[in-house]
Amino acid sequence: MSIIATLFGQMITFGLLVWFTMKYVWPPLMQALEERKKKIADGLAAGEKGKQSLELADKKAKVYLKEAKDQAAEIVSLAQKRANDLAEEKREAAKQEGERIINQAKSEIDREIQQAKEELRQQVSALAISAAEQILRKEVDINIHKEIINNLGNQLGQA
Amino acid sequence: MASEVHEATGPTAYIVHHLTDLKVGEGFWTFNLDTLFFSAVLGIVFITVFKKAADSATSDVPGGLQNFVEMIVEFVDTQVKDSFHGRSALIAPLALTIFCWVFLMNAMDLLPVDLLPGIASLFGIPYLRVVPTTDLNETFAMSISVFFLIIFYSIKVKGPIGFAKEMLLTPFGPWMIPFNLLLKLVEELAKPISLGLRLFGNMYAGELIFILIALLPWWVQPALSFPWAVFHILIITLQAFIFMVLTIVYLSLAHEDH
Repeated sequence: MSIIATLFGQMITFGLLVWFTMKYVWPPLMQALEERKKKIADGLAAGEKGKQSLELADKKAKVYLKEAKDQAAEIVSLAQKRANDLAEEKREAAKQEGERIINQAKSEIDREIQQAKEELRQQVSALAISAAEQILRKEVDINIHKEIINNLGNQLGQA
Repeated sequence: MASEVHEATGPTAYIVHHLTDLKVGEGFWTFNLDTLFFSAVLGIVFITVFKKAADSATSDVPGGLQNFVEMIVEFVDTQVKDSFHGRSALIAPLALTIFCWVFLMNAMDLLPVDLLPGIASLFGIPYLRVVPTTDLNETFAMSISVFFLIIFYSIKVKGPIGFAKEMLLTPFGPWMIPFNLLLKLVEELAKPISLGLRLFGNMYAGELIFILIALLPWWVQPALSFPWAVFHILIITLQAFIFMVLTIVYLSLAHEDH
């Protein structure tokens, strides 16, 4: 048990081992570890980003949905208003048509009344003339009193 | 020492045999072949596994091996970032190498004490110590390398003058220069010595207890060696961890300007 030349042999071995580790073992391992660390960090960051964008999309979707709902409600109310207007218009048109028909019927009736009155008057005047004729047969010369009779007839016609 | 042990028998001979290295060379120029061999093999195991993981490292979903390796790498990286506040391309790989290599060498402790030496003796290899960290040469090789790094970074960060100032003028100011220098030298030298001795002592003691247990009758051995091995799983990890953390701390101290 003594310090002998073996020491130098061991120092050389030790030196070689350290050199080899330093040159060929440590750097690639550390590089791989760093790369993996970076990869994991990137992955986590990407995940976080994805989560954020998902939240954003969710918010956007909600906004769009709300807008769409509002628009739909607006459209529905517009349509309702339009339908009401149309119904109002139709009702108005129908009313006018009815009034028109009524007026027409009224004027027809008036006209017929007028006609009946005319006929009646002529008949009355003819009746009156014939009655007067029968009463005045003997005293009235038809030729002489023709003018009076006609006048009478006209007056009757006007009544 | 080795030759006389080889002849003897009995418990003492068994223990000494297990604590004798397979050597070539004479005097200072002796090489502990077992220490060199096993540490190199385990070092190769370490870099092979980690190189494989590093080659196939992707930022995609990691596989089993990659996951395991990344776990260790991240663990070491966290330790380095906690203690060391400078920027250095060396510290983290150094800490990783120390942790894994020391752990693997310590883990040889968990193999049955007679397994590999027994197999080796079949091939005519008389001595074999399978745990490189029970060899002072191994632990001091690492701690002295760390010591050189401490000196290197101290001079690099503080500059030669700054480093000299720190060695001479702290903690007691310019009137106590010799005393300061002595204190600083002891402080700096204590670092590699304590670092190397701590690991060596722990592993040596642990291995010795395994050897002692192996001397007991076979029906007692499991009752003792099993709990000791379980406890030792903690020790080998802890020692590897301590060696790594102290290395980081010493180097971060070297980077700090006073």
